[in-house]
Amino acid sequence: MRGVLSDRMGAALLMAPLLLFLGLAYAWPFLGVVKWSFTLPSPGLGQYEALLTDDLVQSVFIRTLRIAAIVTVVSVVAAYAITVVWVRGSPAQRLIAEFCILVPFWISVLTRAFGWVALLSNRGLINTWLQSIGFISEPLALVRNEFGVIVGMTHFLVPFAVFPLASAMRSLDDRVLLAARGLGSSRMRTFWTVFVPMTRSGIIGSAMIVFVFSLGFFVTPAILGGGRSVMIAELIYLRIFQSPDWGLGAAISVVLVLFVGALMALLFRYVRPKQLI
Amino acid sequence: MPTYRPGPVSLVIAALVALFLLMPLIAVVPVSLTPSRMLAMPNGELSLRHYRSLIEDPRWLQSILLSIRIGIASSVLSTVLALCFSLGVWMFQPRFTATLVGFVLLPMVVPPVVSAVTLYFLLTSISGISSFFGYDTWLGVAMAHSVMTVPFATVLILVSLSQLDRRIDLAARGLGAGVWERATRVIMPNIKFGIITAALLSFVLSWEEIGVTLFITSVNAITLPRLMWMGLRDNIDPAIAALSVILIIITVLVLAARSFFVRLRAGH
Repeated sequence: MRGVLSDRMGAALLMAPLLLFLGLAYAWPFLGVVKWSFTLPSPGLGQYEALLTDDLVQSVFIRTLRIAAIVTVVSVVAAYAITVVWVRGSPAQRLIAEFCILVPFWISVLTRAFGWVALLSNRGLINTWLQSIGFISEPLALVRNEFGVIVGMTHFLVPFAVFPLASAMRSLDDRVLLAARGLGSSRMRTFWTVFVPMTRSGIIGSAMIVFVFSLGFFVTPAILGGGRSVMIAELIYLRIFQSPDWGLGAAISVVLVLFVGALMALLFRYVRPKQLI
Repeated sequence: MPTYRPGPVSLVIAALVALFLLMPLIAVVPVSLTPSRMLAMPNGELSLRHYRSLIEDPRWLQSILLSIRIGIASSVLSTVLALCFSLGVWMFQPRFTATLVGFVLLPMVVPPVVSAVTLYFLLTSISGISSFFGYDTWLGVAMAHSVMTVPFATVLILVSLSQLDRRIDLAARGLGAGVWERATRVIMPNIKFGIITAALLSFVLSWEEIGVTLFITSVNAITLPRLMWMGLRDNIDPAIAALSVILIIITVLVLAARSFFVRLRAGH
């Protein structure tokens, strides 16, 4: 076989199966979805017009952006707090932090959403306990609303927010911190004026990852929102399986992809990919 | 060794975050022991009936077996495709590599719900041709899962290839090895850890997959997450709590074993 295969041929033969597979099983059907958005139920731009005028679609879009923004801020702050300990704590502290980050990370989204149902529902842990100590007489509505969705999504996304932050904190030069302390800066001041600004690329990266993830989130909002606080992804599901309105479901999908694509392009203009992970 | 340690304020806030992260995982334990048929806290007495129903109700076992079958099939497919692709990229460094890798990574970056609609379109189109392979069949689900897991497998294999010394491949080439020999006898043995990790990750991702699976199954191909979803949406079945406890214990054990072995390797 030696010499028979030129480099170009060899590369083509090795790379072709995957490219062909994804071309046929992913790119081609995606174009089919784009076609649906222009042809169902009738050819034209009707579905995109509906996106701009339909009150329900508009309110779902706005709710999704609002929830994604809140989840992003809360997740990044929470992730920052635990990452500081994971990267810079004592060996024992680091081990505990790693456990608390990696165990939820590897547990399925369904189990984690179910855990929140077990905690927050009317007959769940928190309401049962608050009622048994006589603090409240009626259960608090903690789930099947936006609160439950935000809590569940934050819980899912904190571990993802940790990784870019950890890489930024690991590459930080200790001598800069020692210099700040040596020049008489307090712990707090060193943290806010030296440590945090120097991990900026990690903060931007992790905020972007969390925000993009939350835009297309399906499982957690569907379980913890209980059909009341519908987000874009669930709306697509409902349009395709319940109302059947495939055209509108496809049009929302196309808009979602374009929006996420624009966000990623923006991200890569300001942060080089290598800084992220 | 970092000389700059977190202070007491950081530690307290981090502890609260840690509590938040572990709380829902702990909360499923009492629910799984409730004697009630509905989601509730145990009221004085504990019962293992929900663990028993996992064994006695054949639906759970069937869906576990189906998930394993789909996981193995999709893991094999995506690992083989990712391995060939990555070898091509590494050995020949063709032009447009960045674009091609970017294309392969698309299913990882596109919002999962859009991938789900796309794969729904694909499988319903195939169903028109064959009822054996398409919407709501195990082969269709395995293929769809491969689409979703292949970017992760590719990233892992490319990363382990990037740590490989090119000179060993050049030496093999200089000694007269052909493409096939270089790939199977020189490169692959050196990245076997990366290949195994890629296969395991693909299996785990398929085993847990629910976002896409919801769109492409209805009554036949009920994977374990699909069955859990059904039990979560309607009347919440405490058997899910029992199953969750088991899955959490397995995860903790696997992670503990992994970290033990990592430490062991680092120690020697």
